[in-house]
Amino acid sequence: MTETAPINTTPAVSHLGDRIFKWLTLLMALAIFVLIALIGFELAQGAGPAIHKFGWHFLVSSDWDPVNDLYGALPFIFGTVVSSLIALIIAVPISVATAVYLTELAPLWLRQPLIMFIELLAAIPSVILGFWGLFILVPWLHLHLYPALRTTLGFLPFFKGTDYGPCMLAVSREILRSVPGLQREAAYALGATRWEVTRIAVLSYAKNGIFGAVILGLGRALGETMAVTMVIGNSPQITKSLFDPDSTLASWIANQFSEAIGDLFYSSLFELGLVLLGVTVLVNIVAQLLLKTFAGPGVKPQS
Amino acid sequence: MTVTNHNWRKFKNAFMQTLTCVCAVLVVLPLVLVFYHLIRQGFTSLNWAFFTQLPKAVGEKGGGMANAIVGTFVLMGQAALLGVPVGVLGGVYLSEYGTSRLNWWIRFAADILNGVPSITWGVVVYGLMVVPMHGSSALAGGVVLGLMMIPLVMRTTEEVLQLVPGGYREAALALGISKWRIIVQIVLRTASKGIVTGVLLALARVAGETAPLLFTAFGNLGWAHSLKEPIAAIPLLIFNYAISPYDDWHRQAWAGALVLLLLVLFLNIGVRFLTRSKFSARGT
Amino acid sequence: MTFNSFFTNPQQGSPVKVESGVAAATAFDIRSLNLWFGSHQVLFDVSLQIPVRAVTAIIGPSGCGKSTLLRSLNRMHDLVPSARMEGRITLFGEDLYSKKIDPTLVRRRIGMVFQKSNPFPTMSIAENVTVGLRLNGMRKSDLLQERLETSLRMAALWDEVKDRLNAPAISLSGGQQQRLCIARALAVKPEVLLMDEPASALDPIATAHIEDLILDLKKEFTIVIVTHNMQQAARISEHTAFFYLGKLVEFDTTTKIFTTPAQKQTEDYVTGRFG
Repeated sequence: MTETAPINTTPAVSHLGDRIFKWLTLLMALAIFVLIALIGFELAQGAGPAIHKFGWHFLVSSDWDPVNDLYGALPFIFGTVVSSLIALIIAVPISVATAVYLTELAPLWLRQPLIMFIELLAAIPSVILGFWGLFILVPWLHLHLYPALRTTLGFLPFFKGTDYGPCMLAVSREILRSVPGLQREAAYALGATRWEVTRIAVLSYAKNGIFGAVILGLGRALGETMAVTMVIGNSPQITKSLFDPDSTLASWIANQFSEAIGDLFYSSLFELGLVLLGVTVLVNIVAQLLLKTFAGPGVKPQS
Repeated sequence: MTVTNHNWRKFKNAFMQTLTCVCAVLVVLPLVLVFYHLIRQGFTSLNWAFFTQLPKAVGEKGGGMANAIVGTFVLMGQAALLGVPVGVLGGVYLSEYGTSRLNWWIRFAADILNGVPSITWGVVVYGLMVVPMHGSSALAGGVVLGLMMIPLVMRTTEEVLQLVPGGYREAALALGISKWRIIVQIVLRTASKGIVTGVLLALARVAGETAPLLFTAFGNLGWAHSLKEPIAAIPLLIFNYAISPYDDWHRQAWAGALVLLLLVLFLNIGVRFLTRSKFSARGT
Repeated sequence: MTFNSFFTNPQQGSPVKVESGVAAATAFDIRSLNLWFGSHQVLFDVSLQIPVRAVTAIIGPSGCGKSTLLRSLNRMHDLVPSARMEGRITLFGEDLYSKKIDPTLVRRRIGMVFQKSNPFPTMSIAENVTVGLRLNGMRKSDLLQERLETSLRMAALWDEVKDRLNAPAISLSGGQQQRLCIARALAVKPEVLLMDEPASALDPIATAHIEDLILDLKKEFTIVIVTHNMQQAARISEHTAFFYLGKLVEFDTTTKIFTTPAQKQTEDYVTGRFG
């Protein structure tokens, strides 16, 4: 009397309420893909005329001439990449060092409060940082630091008339925002390698997470708008000095959008937006893949 | 040999300790400085007029930021209306339903969206709403902030729901309760504090956003009488005042920055109290 | 062997006869149940008839499939995508897995108590007990109140909590929480009660309370209890099924299993030679 018919074990969705709810939540979750499509579509559509007119030349041209309707993205691509890289080169060692301090060296009573504090720092809106930078940091630099640097290290090429305000601002911004994620990575690695004594073991275990978090920081730095915009002087040229962090894609769009007249002007700004999107998405994809494949729970969605 | 080696290691240890400590101080210093200057410059401007009056005409002294304060709350309200339902329900799907393949892609895409620069969002909604509507509007500002909230709230909601122990779902299932009721009346209820935390943090984040509002909400020196008009917001006002040449506007910008910072900090700190009380009551 | 009441060859699938003298109607009739998680088979051709209004204990070493079998009785595996089953399970003659049946209704007829007590943390004691009723649509407060008291009395908890019904459920002790979960399961008036190691996380006194409770409840309910505690099985059950590595080795009255088991494996297990 054996019956070997397979049993139906499919989840019960016979209730109308169950079905409605499932489809409702699915629809909302799929909104993510809708948003991505929307962003791509809008930018592509807006940038259409500029792409049509300039083609690939847009990416390598340094002209920005509203009068003659000639636009090019090179100075801004350059500015974005350079300022982000500089910001990162300075920010990463400091963030990692801070994360190490938080995870291993700080006195126990200080750790939690300090971590919380740093997470609060990361929440400071860019515009406030930019404002503070514009009114406090830059004047102070011009008044105290630059003269001092000029007299002592003036022979070095990169102090001639350049403004480090925006750079330093972007740096501190990225530091603030990277540390919580890095600290989590380190704590996770520390927990995972609890029985190993050497610091090398902790850092090597965490290095993938650190690397991923760093690249995420790069992604953020690329898109940083307000702090940079307020402090930078906007001039669309590639200057002689490699260390001059000029206009970035994001800050240029911010500054020019309200003054844009004419379809091609607008379209070029859209195309700048498209370039910025392309670069940041690429960087983010790399970072996310790194984090998802190799690392611990470190970087939370808020980054 | 071993003595010098030991001394060298002690020195290295002490050096690393100081170095990392210095770095930590460097990191913490900016907020302290920012806060200090904000209070010093802005506090004195926080008078009754500041909170209740509209900005005066260009060049005139006095006036306030009433419209910007109200505007920020109006924008946050709209953002919540859009971001919370979509984000929370989407997070429910990610946590309670779905195949692992689809969910992986949704999560991946949401994380990428979280990395899209805020100015890009502004440009997108400009094309989406401002152009067809022939002008900036509070609605566009609310929409852009709401869209930015969606991937954020979705991921935090999912994370929080995953923390609800499976035992509760099982027990409810064994009682013969239908799945959607289990999710809504048991799982969501258990996770409610965490979800509210996620929403408040997302709101704090969009409250301080300026770039996306530059061409959507645009700003308004008076009151917006409908959602179709441009609206003022604190970050916008700070930005516009800061780059202007008028001292009085600079003074007011300091005050506005202080108010904004307090708002953001209030939300962030308040959230930590919300989650903390969950633990201290249990006595874990 | 002289008795006519033992289950010898699992492959044959012949129906089980219980020792004469105990007329037992069948609650669950499990026929040739095979269960896989993915490609890993967990239950092998299990055939078993659970008698009504009695306590049936399922014993066996860890990993032998006891909990898996229990959960297949109230369709808990429905939610595991990789689960695959063959065979037939009926409750009082009705095929539980028939396509015409609504699984949530199945689960309302079968109550379940878990190893780790899990009262809903955001609800009070009273809310926990009545949750199964309220979330399935019952609104009448007098009916709810009545069921609340009845269930708590049946779970031997009423006297201890009647003055603080609105206190949070998690303010109770471990043993009380487990009895609360039992009350919660009883409130929906199930026909059968499934218990998955209900006392394993409790201290001996609380365990004794639960066992007394079970002895009381079996007058009204059919109870199937999974336990790794053989003495517990011997104390409270009328019938015992011994499982090993996913196969039903022997099923008989508890006395028989523990005094003169038919299978060598059973004897080895109950005398503690392995397990």
